[in-house]
Amino acid sequence: MTTETTKGKYNVIGTRPIRHDGYDKVTGRAIYGADIKLPGLLQGAVLRSPHAHARIKSIDTGPAKAVPGVYAVITGADFPGAHDTLVDLGEGAVNFRYASNNIMAGDKVLYKGHPVAAVAAVDKNTALEAAALIKVDYEVLKSVTDLMEALKPGAPIVLEDLEGQDLGEKIDGPTNQANHIRHDFGDIEKGFAEADLVIEREFTTAMVHQGYIEPHNATATWDEEGRITIWTSTQGSFPTRRQVAGILQLPDSVVKVIPLEIGGGFGGKIPSYLEAVAAILSRETGRPVKLLMERSAVFEATGPTPGSWMSAKVGVKNDGTITAAYADIRFEAGAYPGSPVGAAMMCVFSCYDIPNTRIDGYDVVVNRPKTAAYRAPGTTQAAFAVETVVDEIIEKLGMDPIEFRLKNAAKEGTRRADGPIHPLIGNIETLEAAKASPHWNTSLKKNGPDGKLRGRGIASGYWFNIGLKSAVTIAVNEDGTVALTEGSTDIGGSRASIAMMAAEVLGIPVEDVRPHVADTEGIGYTDVTGGSRTTYATGYASHDAAQDVVSQLRERAARLWDVDLDEIEFANGNYQSKSDPELRLSHKELSSKLGSTGGPVVGSASVDPEGAGGAFSTQIADVEIDPETGKTDVIRYTIVQDVGTAIHPAYVEGQMQGAVVQGIGWGLNEEYFMNDDVMVNSSFLDYRMPTTYDLPQIETIIVEVPNPGHPFGVRGVGEVPIVPPVATIANAIHDALGIRLRESPMNPGRILTALDDKG
Amino acid sequence: MVEKVRVRATLNGEPVDFLVAPYVSLLDTLREELGLTGTKEGCNDGNCGACTVNLDGRIVDSCCVLGAEIDGSTVETIEGMAEPGRLHPLQQSFLEEAALQCGICTPGFLVSAKALLDKEPNPSEERIRFWLAGNLCRCTGYDKIVKAVQKVANSA
Amino acid sequence: MHPFEYVRATSIDEAVATLAKHGERARPFAGGTDALVMARAGRWELDALVDVKHIPETNVLDLGSGEFRLGAAVPCYRVYEDAKVSAAFPGLVDSATIIGGIQIQSRAGLGGNLCNASPSGDGICSLIVHNTTCVIAGPNGTREVASEDFCTGPGQSVIGDGEFLVEMKMPTPQKGFGAAYQRFTPRNEMDIAVAGVASSVQLDGDTIMSARVALSAVGPTPILSSAGDSLAGKEATAENISVAAQIASGNASPISDMRGTAEQRTHLVGVLARRTLERAVERARENN
Repeated sequence: MTTETTKGKYNVIGTRPIRHDGYDKVTGRAIYGADIKLPGLLQGAVLRSPHAHARIKSIDTGPAKAVPGVYAVITGADFPGAHDTLVDLGEGAVNFRYASNNIMAGDKVLYKGHPVAAVAAVDKNTALEAAALIKVDYEVLKSVTDLMEALKPGAPIVLEDLEGQDLGEKIDGPTNQANHIRHDFGDIEKGFAEADLVIEREFTTAMVHQGYIEPHNATATWDEEGRITIWTSTQGSFPTRRQVAGILQLPDSVVKVIPLEIGGGFGGKIPSYLEAVAAILSRETGRPVKLLMERSAVFEATGPTPGSWMSAKVGVKNDGTITAAYADIRFEAGAYPGSPVGAAMMCVFSCYDIPNTRIDGYDVVVNRPKTAAYRAPGTTQAAFAVETVVDEIIEKLGMDPIEFRLKNAAKEGTRRADGPIHPLIGNIETLEAAKASPHWNTSLKKNGPDGKLRGRGIASGYWFNIGLKSAVTIAVNEDGTVALTEGSTDIGGSRASIAMMAAEVLGIPVEDVRPHVADTEGIGYTDVTGGSRTTYATGYASHDAAQDVVSQLRERAARLWDVDLDEIEFANGNYQSKSDPELRLSHKELSSKLGSTGGPVVGSASVDPEGAGGAFSTQIADVEIDPETGKTDVIRYTIVQDVGTAIHPAYVEGQMQGAVVQGIGWGLNEEYFMNDDVMVNSSFLDYRMPTTYDLPQIETIIVEVPNPGHPFGVRGVGEVPIVPPVATIANAIHDALGIRLRESPMNPGRILTALDDKG
Repeated sequence: MVEKVRVRATLNGEPVDFLVAPYVSLLDTLREELGLTGTKEGCNDGNCGACTVNLDGRIVDSCCVLGAEIDGSTVETIEGMAEPGRLHPLQQSFLEEAALQCGICTPGFLVSAKALLDKEPNPSEERIRFWLAGNLCRCTGYDKIVKAVQKVANSA
Repeated sequence: MHPFEYVRATSIDEAVATLAKHGERARPFAGGTDALVMARAGRWELDALVDVKHIPETNVLDLGSGEFRLGAAVPCYRVYEDAKVSAAFPGLVDSATIIGGIQIQSRAGLGGNLCNASPSGDGICSLIVHNTTCVIAGPNGTREVASEDFCTGPGQSVIGDGEFLVEMKMPTPQKGFGAAYQRFTPRNEMDIAVAGVASSVQLDGDTIMSARVALSAVGPTPILSSAGDSLAGKEATAENISVAAQIASGNASPISDMRGTAEQRTHLVGVLARRTLERAVERARENN
């Protein structure tokens, strides 16, 4: 269902057309990264560390090189050694030196799965067999994978050269604390002193993975001119180009990235892993080389989202007014600095209007894979802490959970704890829609079948969304259709929403827009598909490029009719004279006259918009728990979300549902299970992502509070839906069993233990 | 050196006759030897269903079958699902219901769902969810996939 | 993966000869859902994989009045899609419908599940509580082994070089017999048992004449629990079942690993033993 404020306002926006790339994707024709075929293609394999932490004393590649069919074997020594340069990739930054060491180890391996060598061979099996023959002499070092252990004095040091920071001061000597930052607002002591009730709790969450179904892949050629071409599945062809160029110490323009279809990413396909390796293998062999990551390596050696230790403290008056809040958020960065703790700090209290806040954030390196963005990075963890504490306060005060949130709701003008002032936001509207939802207004029978117990939970979440740079060109065909070229790789239907915005402006059917994702030499710089920015920013560029087309077509009409430009207006899809009603041509009619009025029309735009506008979601879950086994089933789930304007509502719902299900998996079962500091459950079997048989229908309620920072009111929709689920489930479990779980995942074993402890 | 073996089979209604190394999976046989890249690799150990194909009337994970094993068999892949110029009703329904986002799992889901509806034209939601549990999707939350299958089932 | 030959055997003798020739560097396989994964993961280094599913004897599915013969290569779906077999063996169907998903069940069978000898195999305990005898062919002819003696350790069985499992035989259930298998998994499908229990009972009126209870994923092999014997001659009451379930729990000797803790597994065995015994009694009463 939809709470639509934009209904009837648009012709194309808000409809549900078939996506342009859909036909290729339901027939198997679509070419994904691993599907590329090139003449003379070699297949590669990567040898990875079995140890969590070890010094590489020597590598003997001789036995591998001697295998018939092997063309090249490379190690870290074949990399140029990138310098310390920090570059922002849109959703997280990268230091080229660390990025280089992460994709091919230098003198140390820092986590199980860390690449140490790579092979190119005539076929995949030969490459794998040869890689297994490479002899690496390791000096195994003490490792640390628990972030609180890593912060203790005397802990094994992951990066000897790390310059740790604490509140702006450099830490003397070796440390695993990459950073400690703080946001202070108001007077935290005074705020807690004013409170009638203060609750402070500690939380932990396990490291989890995005779990996209398509493994990472890359195919590269390094030609005689020194130019590198890369075919890959990526969330950003330009950021991939920048990473590859940075790692290889080359100018960006030497590298061309051709993005193929991408099989999921959720933030995990922003970092580059295989591309530069394939490029060097191609340099060594003079042949194109393809690398395809094994599933175990996807888990062990790409970028999951951090496990965390958190403490949250909230103070309220007896009437439910929040007076103060404090959070201490500590994240595993993985083997190199750069966890999303900053994003978590921006969001942790942002659903609420709180006069006094302090937020501490720690970025801690450990012997785990370097973390990457995962859908609203860091914020699911933070919401688990704060929304569970809020639920406990609500319980103690005996208030209604939605009324409490409404009473303290952040709204336009509220200052976020980290500084920015909320612009027009839909927090209150979202809560009101949740209050009016069929789910909230249907009572839950607390006793299920066979002794099972039921409970309902609710939680809210915020994500700030980002803008960043996008470019779009639109070429008008003489038959009235248009070719739209964009640089945002399409991870879930964005070609359709981008095309819809152009069609809306041009007054033509969306089927008459043919969207195309170009390579890095076919369009202007475009940032990642991430941060919920694609439909917002690339859609913004699409709008502006279409406006450019309209403006040029007005000129053509003026030339055609030999009238002043001011005389031509564009209304309802027609170019017409203001004074002579006879002079009127549709977009299609005018397009057929381009040849005789000055040649092709190409509109273009590049944008870097600032007004992304934050998004809010409130979610309701009903769970049913078998107290004898500790198993939790989600039996009903509703997500309410402000989306600004739903361009293609079906794909908006899809983002909401998909994120919720990832959140359910996160809260109930998913985790990096470590044994002796190495991940042991690195398969889809043992990582336990939800299947369709684990889930109910996910009910969606779209709220539309148009974003004033976008011509069509778009807000990013992809990330905020994953913020509340873990907290929502925790609160539902409490309602069912009377126990508060503060460790995620809340798996059957933990529930049994908690029930035992309760007695 | 292990020699390639000769395999004769029926693939999407057409006879095929090819050589393949005996240790190569049906998945890699389809993708690398026969050029049919619509069947996808997700895990290579039978736990995601992205490589689902129909082998002699039953759905299987093609990563857990050897190419050499299909000698004498009939194999149907996503490439054989549509009639020339006309999508299978499930393909059409997946498009209309927005039952795909990234699309990497879609071929596997379609092949699995077709096998279900060929066998049981009118399955319950529970039955659809049980049947499709061997296919992982990480984008959609499954909701729209189940609805797309139900839509075809109900119109049968 | 070490390159291996694929040998499609069409007779028992051919399979035995090929297996014997390669010794430990050859393995029989049928569904491939374990074998190919093991080979690819480098856990087996093989020169030959011998496909035994084209041998007539491994495909037998013969429900006689006294004995049920189940070929070692019969995939799970043939068990649950055969109306007579599934009606007579609901306990086997419990197992056959939860081994992997539909794709896996098209290929994997109870025979392969047994030969894989995983402590958590969902089919093995069901075979044990149905008093299954395993028929093994080898260079010296065929021999028979009780299903509870088949597994000797994680991934280890009595199958020696040159041998393979041909078929399994079990008594056709008589009036008053009932069996059930349940496992506990965090996911509803596509998961490996944290713990599992199969139970069977032979009732005479309300009296349990004999019972078998077998435990999975709580020891290095599936365990035939003494809980079954403890019920012989007793009334099928909730109290007696509860006592037996506690005995089953006591027979568990699990480890803690990524799938669950030892404590959790021991507890789950008690719950599942009670539930499967109750279900087996229910089925036994329906089968009167």
